[in-house]
Amino acid sequence: MSTTLQQPKASADQDPTPTESGDLRKKRRRPTSVPARILVTAGLAVAAIYFLFPVYWIVVAATKNAGDLFGTSGLLFNNPHLLRNLGDVLTFNSSIYLRWVGNSLLYSGVGSVVATVVSVAGGYCLAKFPFRGREAVFNVFLAGVMIPGTALALPLFLLMSNVGLVNTVWAVLLPSLVSPFGVYLARIYASAAVPDSVIEAARLDGAGEFRIFFTLVLRMMMPAAVTVLLFQFVGIWNNYFLPLVMLSDQKLYPITLGLVSWQSVSDRHPELYQLTIGGALLSVIPLMIAIVSLQRFWRAGLTEGSVKG
Amino acid sequence: MATKTSAGRRLAILGFLGPFALLFAATIILPIGFAIYQSLLGVEHTGPLGRGETHSVFVGFANYAAALSSPGFVASLGRVLLFAVIQVPLMIVLATVLALLLDAASARWVTFFRSAFFLPYGVPGVIASLLWGFLYTPGLSPLISLANAVGLNVDFLGSGSILWSIANIVTWQFAGYNMLVIVAQLKSIDADLFEAAAIDGASAWQTIVSIKLPMVRPAIVLTTVFTIIGTVQLFGEPLILRPLSGAITSDYTPNLSAYNEAFANNNYNLAAAESVLLALVACAFSFGFLKLVNRSER
Repeated sequence: MSTTLQQPKASADQDPTPTESGDLRKKRRRPTSVPARILVTAGLAVAAIYFLFPVYWIVVAATKNAGDLFGTSGLLFNNPHLLRNLGDVLTFNSSIYLRWVGNSLLYSGVGSVVATVVSVAGGYCLAKFPFRGREAVFNVFLAGVMIPGTALALPLFLLMSNVGLVNTVWAVLLPSLVSPFGVYLARIYASAAVPDSVIEAARLDGAGEFRIFFTLVLRMMMPAAVTVLLFQFVGIWNNYFLPLVMLSDQKLYPITLGLVSWQSVSDRHPELYQLTIGGALLSVIPLMIAIVSLQRFWRAGLTEGSVKG
Repeated sequence: MATKTSAGRRLAILGFLGPFALLFAATIILPIGFAIYQSLLGVEHTGPLGRGETHSVFVGFANYAAALSSPGFVASLGRVLLFAVIQVPLMIVLATVLALLLDAASARWVTFFRSAFFLPYGVPGVIASLLWGFLYTPGLSPLISLANAVGLNVDFLGSGSILWSIANIVTWQFAGYNMLVIVAQLKSIDADLFEAAAIDGASAWQTIVSIKLPMVRPAIVLTTVFTIIGTVQLFGEPLILRPLSGAITSDYTPNLSAYNEAFANNNYNLAAAESVLLALVACAFSFGFLKLVNRSER
């Protein structure tokens, strides 16, 4: 595995910034024939319909009342009252929806920030501080990337219940603080982007190791840190198995668990259909905006580390 | 090396690597060890009619034997493997084609299309499953009414189609993300290569086959490995669709089976054995794939 995944031969000056590569692309693009261009655009358009269709449907569905949801075509707006529906979502069951959103923000926000700092420090250490057994340690961490998260959830539950942490915030938060992938990425990035000479110079100036890390290194490793942060944030936000196993108190649920708890009883309480649809739409909008507007960072981070080889 | 490690360095190593190592040990190594330990234990009942106290006894590999001889669990393993064999290549091919199309498209539209394809990655898996679950439900789904209108009878939730309906959800969610990884790799290809190819009179198709595809190979390998790991963990999608489809049993996937053993049947030991087996299968497949790729590289 290490032969394919490692190979930290990346160098920071090598990767093209978006503007640079844009220029390169213009230069290299040769004029293509009109039919070919139509074919390419048609292919892309069909794919776009596929990816956007469910989003369109849920926007339409969220504007309907419970009767119209089943009675009218799912493709057309009919007597829309989106705001009233969303108001119902926000106020149902003494605004438990807002509490779920808050919980998700807490788990993902705290979890991803701490995980990022911890793994960037770890990756920097593995890149710049030679010590005996370093490669072995790194390989153990790398193997952690391969362990399916859901295979860990059950034993974690048993461990947590032994120490009385089940059904607390910590049961979800603690496992979210670890990102083996983050350490892997941070190590590759640090060996490429943090020059030894800068560290040595700072040491000669008498700066302590921790000061060097927090004032110099962290800034140089920012692109990798942002990528780790995004991956971890989305990973925690989307995680379902871990909170499902750990939490029984509705008030601790993240939004994913909460919405499923509505859906699972909607055959008995049909009004929850509408709430599930509206709640799903509400929760997904900010995420989609964030994902699309932060595309640049996903790209930068991925070219940086994981993909080089 | 060791001589250079002064006391200050040692402290720094401890400070930088310590927190991660500690968390890694507590939330990954310890659970794995605990799962293996639990999987070797069984519950023994004592007293009259076995209703007295219960206590754990060492049973060796009995739980593994039980898991591997349970038709439901073995079928669930076969199911996710079948799923992986079909869905993973399908999605990777789709992602590669989309990336190449984007690479060839006129610049004006690229941002819109790329964003549209990547958008579903922002939708949590369970919410994507809720969404598609609605689109699979007769009466709610405009897809089914459209199909009925042209005289087609579709059933997304039947026993023959449900696995592929789940495959569709996973593909919808992750194809765009994988596309983005490949696009990133395409962008980092040296422009000189394309110029040289143009001078040699290579067609667009030849450029794809002999430059682009070989150059994005590492990205494809990486996304394939992560996809395989994700696929064998299939859990949320079938769990969410279960109330809608009678075809999804309580041991439809290995994870679902372990979850049910633990929380419905209170058989933690068997659940632990199933979790360990699942992790082994995931690792075996990922390493096997990497080995295969490495060998054909030489």
